[in-house]
Amino acid sequence: MQYRLRFSKWSNFQIVLMAIINNRLTKEQYDENFADIRPPFENKTAAVVEANRCLFCYDAPCTKSCPTHIDVPKFIKQITSDNIKGSAHTIFVSNIMGAGCSKVCPVEKLCEGACVYNLLEEEPIQIARLQQYSTSIAQENNWQLFHRKPSVGKKVAVVGAGPSGLSCAHVLSREGIDVTIFEKEAKGGGLMTYGIAAYKVTPQFCEEEVNYITSIGGIEINYNQELGRNLSLAALQKDFDAVFLGIGVGIARNLHIPGEQLEGVVDAIRFIHDIRNNGFTSVAVGDKVAVIGMGMTAIDAATQAKRLGATEVTMLYRRTQDEMPCTEYELNLAKLDGCEIIWLASPKEITGNGKVEKLVCSKMQLGAPDASGRKSPVDTNETFTLEVDMVIKAAGQVPFEKLISDNGLTNQDGKIVIDNNNGTNIKGVFAGGDAVNGGKEVVDAVQAGKEGALAILRYLSEP
Amino acid sequence: MADLSSNFLGIKSPNPYWLASAPPTDKKYNVLRALEAGWGGVVWKTLGSQIKNVSSRYSAVDYGGQRVMGFNNIELISDRPLDINLREIEECIRIFPDRAMIVSLMADNDRKSWHELIKKVEDTGAHGLELNFGCPHGMTERGMGATVGQDPEIACMVVEWVMEAATIPVITKLTPNVHSVVPTGRSVVKAGTNALSLINTIQSVTGVDLDTFVPNPFVAGKSVFGGYCGPAVKPIALKMLTTIAQDDLTRTVPISGIGGISTWKDAVEFILLGATNVQVCTAVMKHGFRIIDDLVEGLNNWMDEKGFKKLEDFIGKSVPTITHWEDLDINYHHIAKINQDKCIHCGLCYIACEDTSHQSISLQYGKPYNTYTVIEEECVGCNLCELVCPVDNCITMEVHRKGDEYINWKEWQKRGLPLNDH
Repeated sequence: MQYRLRFSKWSNFQIVLMAIINNRLTKEQYDENFADIRPPFENKTAAVVEANRCLFCYDAPCTKSCPTHIDVPKFIKQITSDNIKGSAHTIFVSNIMGAGCSKVCPVEKLCEGACVYNLLEEEPIQIARLQQYSTSIAQENNWQLFHRKPSVGKKVAVVGAGPSGLSCAHVLSREGIDVTIFEKEAKGGGLMTYGIAAYKVTPQFCEEEVNYITSIGGIEINYNQELGRNLSLAALQKDFDAVFLGIGVGIARNLHIPGEQLEGVVDAIRFIHDIRNNGFTSVAVGDKVAVIGMGMTAIDAATQAKRLGATEVTMLYRRTQDEMPCTEYELNLAKLDGCEIIWLASPKEITGNGKVEKLVCSKMQLGAPDASGRKSPVDTNETFTLEVDMVIKAAGQVPFEKLISDNGLTNQDGKIVIDNNNGTNIKGVFAGGDAVNGGKEVVDAVQAGKEGALAILRYLSEP
Repeated sequence: MADLSSNFLGIKSPNPYWLASAPPTDKKYNVLRALEAGWGGVVWKTLGSQIKNVSSRYSAVDYGGQRVMGFNNIELISDRPLDINLREIEECIRIFPDRAMIVSLMADNDRKSWHELIKKVEDTGAHGLELNFGCPHGMTERGMGATVGQDPEIACMVVEWVMEAATIPVITKLTPNVHSVVPTGRSVVKAGTNALSLINTIQSVTGVDLDTFVPNPFVAGKSVFGGYCGPAVKPIALKMLTTIAQDDLTRTVPISGIGGISTWKDAVEFILLGATNVQVCTAVMKHGFRIIDDLVEGLNNWMDEKGFKKLEDFIGKSVPTITHWEDLDINYHHIAKINQDKCIHCGLCYIACEDTSHQSISLQYGKPYNTYTVIEEECVGCNLCELVCPVDNCITMEVHRKGDEYINWKEWQKRGLPLNDH
């Protein structure tokens, strides 16, 4: 695995007072810190050398390990045969966000983790970089690899222009359905645009990806339209032949500890959203930052806090490395960025005079496995205290339970319940992605969007 | 330490590796660099009438990300003045007296021209002559090169002229652009050649440029058939070598093996199939003369491991093992076995057998890794799965004889034994 780290000269910073401030770095430092960490192949030769390593497995483990089932050996073989159009088509036909996924997928636990070279103790094929190679060429050249069938006169509303919504819309449009997407933000892309570290995908890339996906035609995106605010499900049901809900999750789980309301406590979703939406210079970050959690979002928050100029970033996780939700690649990103990791630590109280000053943590130990199968953390009743001026909560996200219940959608703890046919309890209303699964990878949402679209097509063709 | 020294018709060299007659041997500068690097000898690029070359001259076939699996050229014989070549040959012999200096010749097609050229070349002190009856491009249009080698009678006539004048050993180089090299080989041996060398290059088109629509190599919007060589031609060369090594007449003279030799293993294979020494060209054109180190060391180590003290201990050793199909033992049977501990579940054996062979491998679905097992009763022992498996010794062929007795096709028919029932 390659890491391209661009440290700015943090050591040059002489910070006297602890404070949460923005605009800590120069433009050059921001550019360096937020440059793409998964660099593309420099040239065709480099890509072809790597592509030629691929064994072209039959019924390939990499493909089986991809939630969207991209035919990986096929698209790699097409790179070796100089058929980049074909290669990009092979990727996009399974995963219309194949370009973005090549940048954000946790490939070490998906395709690359399954590569048979791992069984030879050899480096797996760099599938993500090869996928990035083909898809970026296609996107840069705006190759139109799909042709929309003539309009069949059916209209579908998609709520949310995130991975599941865009994926659903693209499949539907290909089949001649007229799709209108309603998106609460001012830009499309969802989690890809607003919820992932900027050094993985740039906002510009996200915008280009959305434009490329919708360039097939037949997809209209209405921005700043939020379900429950200025959009109602009932109206959509009335105006459209079917509705797909790809509204994601998005509410940060609270810690439920004293001091959570103090100034300087922020949630990771908002923190990352602001970096993506408002620009690096406007996002304030403390000198000594604690990040609660060890999922992908926690890593994105911690590394970006460091890259925004925080002097010290400490990540706290109540279990151990064996149970952490993030991949080892992600953990290494945090370590290489200089983040401290404290395992078996659970936040107990945040103290301070109006503003965050201290974080008191419980020392934990592992007990019996919990419902997730992982060993559960048990309080040892010992504590320790960190001096911090900012606490970023990244202890998971919860669904929009109230919104979902208010709309009469059957749900389980806020997660929309769908049947085998991707339908909700409301006829003609389908759902998929994080709103259903509670929050998985982008690639899972893309697959859910595809499945939702196929279900809608079946539904629309019913007599 | 094995003795790698080679004696080819009395021409001595410290190892059996000569550089073949080609661009690497067309002037003193290259030849001295080669001999300094350790090459056993050189066959100087073909001398003859003054010619003119074109640009470009070479093209290649790449495969699986590797450059130059095959290579072709449309270069003619030496385009340098004869007197310069002769002077430089003499100088190289003086500087490296322990190395073999053979000079390749292609005179105009008359007795006088051959006699004059041979006399001049012998005056340089060269150790031997190689007759270029193989060059497949350009010179053939002038009635030389492969045109001679393709006609046993013409070849015979030219060799007779040569033998009238030559006082040093003569090697006749055969063209592969024939249905069999044996007729010309027999003809020139009868005419008195002291040795044979083979193969020369094979007429070819390496590819067509998909933008210009002109095949390679490109010369002002046109191309011509070029002589193909490099690793791709080795199997063809080995087959032709074997036919010469098996023929009762041609086997009576030493053979210098040529054709895609890139490694010491290739060289060993040529020697096992009857070559007394070998000639190399494409491999040095790709990598430079430095490859001689491994050619020598690898051969030495292999000979030590096998207990061979000198080259003669294994020249032609494998020739008797290539037989006629109808003499093969029908009772011999082997079956593929997949070592599950080594298997990486790539499925290449399965899809090859399932789509193109005998459906003898079963697939047991797994996520993400399938399990593949040989269905022994269906396996015909074709080797395909073993060949495509990317893991060394993961698939092995295990002997399961159908019967103890050696029985060949002729006997099988005579006894009226059953044919395949599927």
